[in-house]
Amino acid sequence: MTNLTKTPRAATTEPVVPAKDTGRRVNPLGGVAHAALFLWALATVAPLIWVALASFKSNEEIFLDEPFGLPQSWAIDNFADAWSEAHIGQYFLNSVFVVVVSTAGTMLLGSMAAYVLARYKFPGNRFIYYLFVSGLAFPTFMALAPLFGIAQAMNLLDSFFGLIVIYIAYSLSFTVFFLVAFFKTLPHEIEEAATVDGAGHVRRFFQVMLPMAKSGLVSIAIFNIVGQWNQYLLPVVIMQSEDKYVLTQGIANISVSAGYQAEWGQLFAALTLSILPMIIVYAVFQRQIQAGLTSGAVK
Amino acid sequence: MRHGKYPFIIGFLAVPVALYAIFVVGAYLQMFRLSLTDWSGYGTFKDVGFDNFVKLWNDEVIWIALRHNGYLLLLLPIVTIAIALLFAFLLNVGGGSKGGMTQGVWGSKVYRVVFFFPQLLALALVAVIFQRVYGPDKSGMINGLLPDSWEPWLFLADEKWALTCILIVLIWQAVGFYVVLFSAGMGSIGQEIYEAAALDGASRITLFFKITLPLLWGNIQVAWIYLGIAAFDAFALVNIMTVNQGGPNNSTQVLSMQIYLNAFKYSQAGYASAIGVVLFFLALSFAWLTLRVNRSDSVDA
Repeated sequence: MTNLTKTPRAATTEPVVPAKDTGRRVNPLGGVAHAALFLWALATVAPLIWVALASFKSNEEIFLDEPFGLPQSWAIDNFADAWSEAHIGQYFLNSVFVVVVSTAGTMLLGSMAAYVLARYKFPGNRFIYYLFVSGLAFPTFMALAPLFGIAQAMNLLDSFFGLIVIYIAYSLSFTVFFLVAFFKTLPHEIEEAATVDGAGHVRRFFQVMLPMAKSGLVSIAIFNIVGQWNQYLLPVVIMQSEDKYVLTQGIANISVSAGYQAEWGQLFAALTLSILPMIIVYAVFQRQIQAGLTSGAVK
Repeated sequence: MRHGKYPFIIGFLAVPVALYAIFVVGAYLQMFRLSLTDWSGYGTFKDVGFDNFVKLWNDEVIWIALRHNGYLLLLLPIVTIAIALLFAFLLNVGGGSKGGMTQGVWGSKVYRVVFFFPQLLALALVAVIFQRVYGPDKSGMINGLLPDSWEPWLFLADEKWALTCILIVLIWQAVGFYVVLFSAGMGSIGQEIYEAAALDGASRITLFFKITLPLLWGNIQVAWIYLGIAAFDAFALVNIMTVNQGGPNNSTQVLSMQIYLNAFKYSQAGYASAIGVVLFFLALSFAWLTLRVNRSDSVDA
């Protein structure tokens, strides 16, 4: 007992010792810490810098020179070839179109369903909620064969409309799950005031609830944009003709054919072209993106 | 006020529920039906009873794929969470205290931005990049960096190491996300706790194990589930990076690849559905187990 009371007092009466002690301990640890962090940062950016440099090189240079050496002559035509010959421009536009429409659709339909499920009592409410949420437990690839069959039967194969509808359907689980929790936390008073003022159900949703839920909507929208932009499995199954490929699919396809034709410079240019917009968007919205994606994970 | 409530509810739910019912629930229900047929993926089919499941049990490749998924399922979360926890700790608490506030090491803001970036790249793009980084001759980044006198490493073409190469890519991409996630968790741990502990002369290592780790347990569980899902999938990496989609000699074969190959390459969509059914129950037990663990934890707390 006496020991227990003595030890903390000893530490507080002689604050110099522990302070000095930690000071001594921090420095070598700090060195190792910096080294570890720096090495990981290097490992993160090195492949990207290497890709960017190689996109300006000829095949011979990629094979023979130092991987991080500057190109002898900057082969800009790699980019022109990637854009038009390898159709990166087309793939990029396809991706933008599909993601814009399907994220908008996911947000609209997801928030409508979530709002009703969070704020209204009716028979079947719990059942529908759990139906949506149960989708979270199963990875998409599991039901790939029947999904293909359904898309085939509904004439949705190889169609942008089909891909968009399927993106929306598979994004609803998480969107509804996240937004139901979010709508439940919003205060009831403002909604009641709007009702007293004579606003109907629909108007209350669009003019009162949605504006109040803005922060949650932004988070989940970022989550869906990133997720759908990066989707690979679904387009591989649904999109069959090359002019309808989305970016991920298109680049993967170039990489496979590059194995035989050895157009490495073009492949690297294609990669650079698809990484660059992400870097720019990330540099501008870095804070929101990090917050959006991680809050999506925590909820 | 009850006037118009049900038309409104139905109006708002009809489209989302219909889409979800057709493409998600419908797909899972049909999976059960099709697992009992010899459906090729097109046209008609006939019932074959449990033939697909018998075949599944005797399919060596499925067992190999299952083992590889198990390997990823075990190592991906452990390694990623360990690295991410260490970095998050260094970035948030590792810099000692200044002006009464514990803070991260110098440059922590930059590190957090850089580490996170791979998370924004599609796994398919990451796969294409690393397929070249691992290139088995001088055109690959790593072999290009090695001295000329060395034998080039085969990486993905080497049966022994191919799956580990895939694991490394998954870790490379994931760490940044969990650094940010854990940082957010550490940010919500009160400064006073660290202050008090530091005053008592606790070392950084004690701080980490006695304060950070227990208080972050919820975040770690979330991370475990997310990484488990990622480890289960890995389709883009295996499909794009590996020799012959799962090779060499099935050394990188995973279940997602098996479903894809059977459904779309071998015209055995019925069999692919049977694999899906088995996975369905595996995932269900995984989800149930997670819920159980979480529940007993919240009782303890």
